[in-house]
Amino acid sequence: MKRTPETMYALVDCNNFYASCERVFDPSLEHRPVVVLSNNDGCVIARSQEAKDLGIKMGEPIFKCRDRIRKHDIVVRSSNYTLYQDLSRRVVETIRHFVPDIEVYSIDEVFLDLVPMVERDLEALSRTVRHTVRKWTGIPVSIGLGTTKTLAKAANRIAKRRPGADGFHRFPDADPERTRTLEAIGIQDVWGIGRRWARRFTDLGIRTALDLSRVPPSEVRRNFNVVAMRTALELRGVPCQQLETVPEPRQTLVRSRSFGEMVTEWTDLSEAIATHATRAAEKLRAEGGRAGRLSVFLNTNRFREDLPQYHRSGTCELLPHTNTTPVILGKAMEIGRRLWRAGFHYKKAGVMLSELAFEHAQTSLFDDRDHARDERLMATLDRINQKMGAHTLHPAATGRPDRQRWQMKRRFHSPKYTTRWSDLPKTR
Amino acid sequence: MRLPSSTSPRPTRVLRPLLASRVEAGFPSPADDHVERSLDLNEELIPHPAATFFLRAGGSSMLGAGIHDGDLLVVDRSLSAEPGRVVVAVVDGDFTVKRLTRTSDGLSLTAEHPGYPPIAFGPDTEVSIWGVVRSVIHEP
Repeated sequence: MKRTPETMYALVDCNNFYASCERVFDPSLEHRPVVVLSNNDGCVIARSQEAKDLGIKMGEPIFKCRDRIRKHDIVVRSSNYTLYQDLSRRVVETIRHFVPDIEVYSIDEVFLDLVPMVERDLEALSRTVRHTVRKWTGIPVSIGLGTTKTLAKAANRIAKRRPGADGFHRFPDADPERTRTLEAIGIQDVWGIGRRWARRFTDLGIRTALDLSRVPPSEVRRNFNVVAMRTALELRGVPCQQLETVPEPRQTLVRSRSFGEMVTEWTDLSEAIATHATRAAEKLRAEGGRAGRLSVFLNTNRFREDLPQYHRSGTCELLPHTNTTPVILGKAMEIGRRLWRAGFHYKKAGVMLSELAFEHAQTSLFDDRDHARDERLMATLDRINQKMGAHTLHPAATGRPDRQRWQMKRRFHSPKYTTRWSDLPKTR
Repeated sequence: MRLPSSTSPRPTRVLRPLLASRVEAGFPSPADDHVERSLDLNEELIPHPAATFFLRAGGSSMLGAGIHDGDLLVVDRSLSAEPGRVVVAVVDGDFTVKRLTRTSDGLSLTAEHPGYPPIAFGPDTEVSIWGVVRSVIHEP
């Protein structure tokens, strides 16, 4: 008799997500090697299968693969997060048509709780989800099933790689297949095991997922920590992590970017700080929060050892908690001005809001600001920017968006096909 | 690639009916009992938001089907591409809008304007269907 498992998770993972997004609206990229670059066009952060097959590595700096890009006519794109986020949302929405209990784990991964449909043919259901996501959104996905999240993640890897799996794999419940599958997974490929832990495990003779599943949990806990212990238990099929359907409230909100070119002037640096402060405040309002603390930081380029180095941050309390742009902007500029020193080549600046409150924010007795007026003003500002496009109205301190010399480099940017009327794909 | 926990779905716009009369004085309007929700074009044109994309039509090959240069195409990828439907297809890497038709030797994409020959699905041309055009928005 077949036993019905008490838990069943699926991991839906978008294949080569950023590269696949680029392909949806530029079908001429089909069958061609495509790579997507990080912010500032620094290194490769996504590759189509063809690019992987040509030996382009994840995280490889662009200057190291320039020759191969030319030789193999590889298509290069700057990252277009607006597009990726929109397609990610569509993928999630499509999955929800089939399975109500889901956790959006990252921009390209979704966990599903399949317990409510465990009596059904789960392979048929998974294949329907896979087919529908591809048809509706254009994004290819792979689906792995397992009785724990860690096993679902491992199954997904097999679904992607094993010839003939065709984008689906269910982690085997019974031996000898279970043991054989665990044995084939290298310790460095187990979900949650980073490179450093993988090295330590290997030194201890623990080389595969099977090895780890056989170490007594208390021992894993003693030598590593509780997270590693959970991973070991999950490999045995003992669920330790449930679906996180409601995201944890955030603790901090950071806005920072590396500069397209190194910045030496206060005018450029101050525009960058002002822009980050403005966007952070805007984002905080969108999430319905207020911040009790503000920090600003400046960095020079660590990799330019030939240049003098300067890394500083400064902070101040926001009392009462606030999300009003002029308040946050004013304080950010004060801190930035205090931190700035002439004679350095700055590479990065950023703003962090912390001590966030989403319900009851602290008020102050010694405060004569008209908060009701602030709120109306900010609501109006946000409405105008939502309607007329982001940054239509912005503080003068941020400089003109088209003249910000510090902006990051995105030389190979594709259009915002799904979020801008002027960028819609055209038919011929 | 862990996302910040704030990834929220895009805000939905809620349309509220306007009260047909002022509340504070006079007789209530007889229309107040008949207030209904405002019409939302999205409901009519976009029954499958996750699968719906907008494209801009170029050229005049589909004038006969009422598609003009610059029109907005509402493309619903959840619809199945049956012969007879107007579709967005990819021909040799480019988007084109045509009517999918069944011919004696298979499927082809036909234009609806004189001077555009049909494009047959065959070994010489790589053709795939990208989505089905659900409606066309035209500014007269």
